Amino acid sequence: MTDTIRPGGLWVYCERGGGGVRPVAFELLGQAARLAKAMGCPVTAALVGNPEGAESLARYGADAVLCAACDADQPDELVQAGALAALVEKYRPAALLLGATAFGRSLAPRLAARLNTGLTADCTGLDVDPETGLLLQTRPAFGGNLMATIVCPDRRPQMATVRPKVFPVPAPDMTRSCPVIVEQSPAAESAVELIERIASGGGVNIGDADVLVSVGQGIGGAENIALAEKLAKKLGGALSASRPLVDAGALPYARQVGQTGKTVSPRLYIALGISGAIQHMAGVAAQTIVAVNTDPDAPIFRYAQYAVRCDCGAFLREMMERIGN
Amino acid sequence: MKIIVCVKQVPASNETRLDPVTHTIIREGAEAILNPFDAFAVEEAVRLKARYGGSVSALTMGIPASATMLRRVIAVGADEAILLTDRAFAGSDTLATARTLACAVKKAGLPDLILCGRMATDGDTAQVGPMLAENLGLPHVSDAAQIESIEGGALTARRLTDDGYARVRVKLPTLITVLKEINVPRLPSIAGILRGEEAKITVWNHGDLGLDPEETGLKGSATRVVKTARPDLSVKAEIISGAPGEQAAALIERLAAKRLIETEGRA
Repeated sequence: MTDTIRPGGLWVYCERGGGGVRPVAFELLGQAARLAKAMGCPVTAALVGNPEGAESLARYGADAVLCAACDADQPDELVQAGALAALVEKYRPAALLLGATAFGRSLAPRLAARLNTGLTADCTGLDVDPETGLLLQTRPAFGGNLMATIVCPDRRPQMATVRPKVFPVPAPDMTRSCPVIVEQSPAAESAVELIERIASGGGVNIGDADVLVSVGQGIGGAENIALAEKLAKKLGGALSASRPLVDAGALPYARQVGQTGKTVSPRLYIALGISGAIQHMAGVAAQTIVAVNTDPDAPIFRYAQYAVRCDCGAFLREMMERIGN
Repeated sequence: MKIIVCVKQVPASNETRLDPVTHTIIREGAEAILNPFDAFAVEEAVRLKARYGGSVSALTMGIPASATMLRRVIAVGADEAILLTDRAFAGSDTLATARTLACAVKKAGLPDLILCGRMATDGDTAQVGPMLAENLGLPHVSDAAQIESIEGGALTARRLTDDGYARVRVKLPTLITVLKEINVPRLPSIAGILRGEEAKITVWNHGDLGLDPEETGLKGSATRVVKTARPDLSVKAEIISGAPGEQAAALIERLAAKRLIETEGRA
């Protein structure tokens, strides 16, 4: 049974949170299935906590599930780094991918330092070098001005956090199943105690949204922001903003997109009155961008698939007229 | 309470020159600033010192010219500053950087609290803080939006999570990375600027840290940048023209065709 977790495998860490496995794990399992073919190795889903229901991860591409059983019911970097390090040292994977969620980006560096291996942050592209078999990890740097491809040639595992929603969730194959191997994880005391959770920004995580209607300095007043939020709701999405509006107090920080805010990867990003400075665009990895702006020279038009030179208020009213109410 | 605040000098602009062989940043000769996120960490350190007493030491690794940035950090309230500078440190990835910083923290004496900005604006990795905590065997809290209090050997903070915020309590000593919403950094006073200019900056090299040159810099790094490319910004948008009503209608039609929006039969 443990033959499915022989050394040299490709692992995907499956973070739990928000009431289940976070969707980025499914996205990564889908990619791992593709990469593992090139690497000639199986895909293992690694998780910490309770193994219940974990066999369903096979549907997304896992050939085996490895669970470090512990009773920690809260995400805790120290506890999880200890549990995962023990699994890695026992089973010696070639590579380990983690979702670049807030928790993933806090856990992964801790784990990499413990394992004394390389870690690439917030990748948006993954491939395998056909000659060396190394994982090619591509990520934006300098606020998105540069794409860098990074390898970890000598140390194992090769580790990367991968930005959510860059890759699609694969269609689940309900016929697949896989073994679940449970390892008792070493006892680790948590040093961080959770006092309470506070939902914010109306409980909306703009990083999870499929559609974002995003407002910038050119939105033109609070009534237009309210209209933008209505449009966002109508499209099944959420309202986000660029930095100047957040700095001005028009919207909370949790809604800020960009290098100093959140990175988002919606299918559709409608930018209203956003100039498109590189620091803003560094946070946007959208499938389709619509730019609405009165300034024909706004840099946002270089990133957009659809350019609408129009006053935001007029545009919003016409949009709501056609799809709203 | 003893606080160490980790700071980094970053290019003032995101238009940066890279070494064509190693793909690392050419930092010499480029205009540089204090990493914007670190300004919040410095301010928080100075505020905590005002509240709880103690001292604030700034720590950086960088080129010799980073001393100027450290003087500005002293100008806004840090008591002293340590500069780690050595050709042997050049080209460090996050793992090698955290290892080098950990040696310096141990040499300076483990503080009660280490503060870091959530990330630097050149690398955008947000990795060095948690790695440093791990190397020092300390717990960490990343993305703190507020430090509420420090009482009874524990710090209470509000951190940003994927689902909102969480209030957490962590035992000291600890490492906290901070978000920009934590405070509004002050500007230096004239007296502060003079204090910064007169301050003696402690300078350490790899020998001072007892660090094998194989363990730091490019040699001590686990990762290699093998390729860099400018993202393709040549994508030309389709311009949707006409009166606002026509524009909205045309856009809805295109987005519906790509199944990006539902039109409920109202094309």
